[in-house]
Parts: sequence; structure tokens; C-alpha cells
Amino acid sequence: MKIDPIHQFNIEPLFTLGHIGNHTIAFTNSSLYMLVAVAIISILMLASGTQLVPGRLQSVAEISYEFVASTIRSTAGAEGMKFFPLIFSLFMFICVSNLVGIIPYTFTISSHLIVTAALALLVFFTVLIYGVYKNGLKFFKIFVPHGVPGYILPLVMFIEVLSFFLRPVSHSVRLFANMLAGHIALKVFAGFVAMLGFSLGAIGWVGGVLPLALTVALTSLELLVAFLQAYVFAILTCIYLNDAIHPGH
Amino acid sequence: MAESHGGAKGPAAGAHTEADGGHHGGGFPPFESSTFASQLVSLAIFFVVLYVIVSKLALPRIGGAIEARQNKIEGDLAEAQKLKDQSDAALKAYESELAAARTRAQAIGNESRDKANAQAEAERKTLEEQLAAKLAGAEKTIASTRATAMSNVRGIAADAAGQIVQQLTGVVPDAAAVNAAVDASLKG
Repeated sequence: MKIDPIHQFNIEPLFTLGHIGNHTIAFTNSSLYMLVAVAIISILMLASGTQLVPGRLQSVAEISYEFVASTIRSTAGAEGMKFFPLIFSLFMFICVSNLVGIIPYTFTISSHLIVTAALALLVFFTVLIYGVYKNGLKFFKIFVPHGVPGYILPLVMFIEVLSFFLRPVSHSVRLFANMLAGHIALKVFAGFVAMLGFSLGAIGWVGGVLPLALTVALTSLELLVAFLQAYVFAILTCIYLNDAIHPGH
Repeated sequence: MAESHGGAKGPAAGAHTEADGGHHGGGFPPFESSTFASQLVSLAIFFVVLYVIVSKLALPRIGGAIEARQNKIEGDLAEAQKLKDQSDAALKAYESELAAARTRAQAIGNESRDKANAQAEAERKTLEEQLAAKLAGAEKTIASTRATAMSNVRGIAADAAGQIVQQLTGVVPDAAAVNAAVDASLKG
């Protein structure tokens, strides 16, 4: 019995779409789960009613709407509502794909650094471009905190610039690492159950109760993490956008 | 968060070495650069599709539903407030009208009572006068009747005295003497 906790992250091409340069562009299992996430979000947001007294599906859609809207308002102010579609798309995409990924035998899109990095860079460039477009050179005041004595200002500015450019790294690695680690841990503990059972027989199956209980507990923890990481990604996006909207703090 | 970060590095690193010796084309799947292009293209397509759906259809739809509900609630509350104000005003008007009616009723009652009292007083006075007049007439009649009766009594007494004297003495008495005697006796 071979337990490979990494196997779940494999990208399997389902069919080839074409070529860009010498890269083969394939529709992969990752693409399939992106499609699933988009489909679930679309069904939730478009197939729910728009009644005065909401039903269950409509309540979920409205709660998602209100949740993201209030997050933006509280972190980036009313002006941040310009980015409501972007942040809502990011939050729902990550949240739904993470939740789908907890189902056994499914694939988790955000367990791949390239995906989270692409999303983080999207946010990074949105902040940079919108910040410069709206505030001009004043945008770069975010690197110059006021109230800092002149002689350590260069050092502080260096740290600020560095942290600004490291934002997409921490933004993407946080989500990626959380999802990856959680899924590996789940797989390892679930694998123990089978391993004990197949190698030790009846005693092993009884002994497997403990890792099984841990797997159940970890699954509920992963449910929390799936939601929480989507929320963290969204709220960090709001905070970064707040810099672009109000660079003077 | 930092906790999960730390946790992430352990298994990831461990898995790396395991996968290196493993069966799958070599390497840790998230770091296999040959899959990057496919993932990026898929992500770009699906995220753009999602963004368009969300911004053009989903958010206006749900936002509209929420706003419609908000408007409906506010409208209903305003309507209720208006109706409440109306009923308050009606109640106030009713109360003031009731008070006015009460004072008017009191005034009418007082007036009619005074009038009735005055009328009764007047009637009583005329009745009393009439009664007094009747009483005076009756007293006069009684006095005259009595006087007549008294004079009759004198005549009868004189006759009776003459008869009695005649029976006792066999002598017819002098009428003048009998009358004088009767008068004296009536006076006494």
C-alpha cells in the first residue's frame, strides 16, 4: 500500500487546447475545477431568486454580497466599492474552490503557487496602477511615513519599499502554503488508517480509529481554513487597495 | 497564520524529497514549470469569465434585490408612520370635540335647570297667591256663616226660653224680657 500525499496535487491534462511558443496549453484537472468554481458561483448568484423574503439560496447569495461589501467598506472606505466586483470575484473564487477541494478525490486550485501568485500579482498591479493613476506621484508617499526623524528616513523608506514589493509574495504564499499543508496533513492522517489496517490486520483497523478521528477533526479545521484563507486574501486585497485610494493614510 | 506557515514548510519540504524519488515525472507538482502555462491560461480565462459574470450580472442582481427590500421596508415604515400620525390627529380631534360637547352639554343643562327653577318658582308664587285668596274668601264665608248661625241660635234660644217659661208658669212671658235674658245668657 503506497501512500503518496503529493499525488493529489498532480496536474493531469485532459485535452490539449493549443500551443503558445513551445508551451502546450492543455485543459487540465485544474481548469476543470476552475470551471466548477465559476459554475457554482454563477448558479449561486444567478439562479437564486430576487424575492422580497429570500429563500435559502438567495440568503446565501445575499450574505456573501453583504459580507464582502461590509469588508470593503470597513477597510477601504466607500471609495473601495469601485473594486467590489474584483474583490467579490477573488473571495468567491478562492472560497468556493477551497471548499470544493476539501471533498475527497477533488483537486484544489489554490494549492498551486502559480495560481495564487497570479491572483496576488493581479492585486499588486491593480494597486500600483490605480494608485499612480489616481494620485500621480503622491502615491509614493506610502513609502514615506510621516513623523519619522530625517536620519532614519532612508532606512524606513528602504523597508517600506521592500515590504511593498514583497506583498505579492506573502499574499500568494500564505494561501498556497495553507492549502497545500492542510491537504498533505489530511492525506497523511487518512493514509495512516489504511496503512495500519493493511499492515496489522484487525488490530490495525481498531488502531486506525485514532487517525480517523484526527482526519475528521482536521477536515473541519480545513473547512475553517478554506474560508478563512479566502477571507484573508480578500481583506488583504482591501487593505492594499486602501493604500492606493488613500496613500496619505 | 504564522503557525500554518511553519507547518506548511515541513510537509512540503518532506514531500519534495519523496516525490523526487517517486513515480511522477519528477518534481513537486506545484513547482513543475511545464504545467504553469496551462494553469495561467485557464486561470485567465475563467477568472475573466467570473469577473464579467459577477460585475455585469450577479452583483447588480443581488444588490438590486437587497436595495428593493430596503426601499420596501423604508416605504412601509414611512407609510406606517403616516397612518399613525393620521390616527393620532383623529384621536386628538375626537378628544377635543368630546370635551367641547361635554362643556356645551353642561351649559345647556345649567341653562335649562335655571329656567325650570325660575318657572317653578313663578308658578309656586301664583299658586300661593291663589290659595291665600281662596283661604281669605273661605274665612270670610265661615265668619259670615257663623254670625248668621249665631243670630239664628239667639232666635231659637229665645223661642225655646219663651216656651219653657210658658210650660213652667203658664204665663206667656214678655218677648222683650226673654230676648234680654237670652242676650245676657249668651254673653255670659
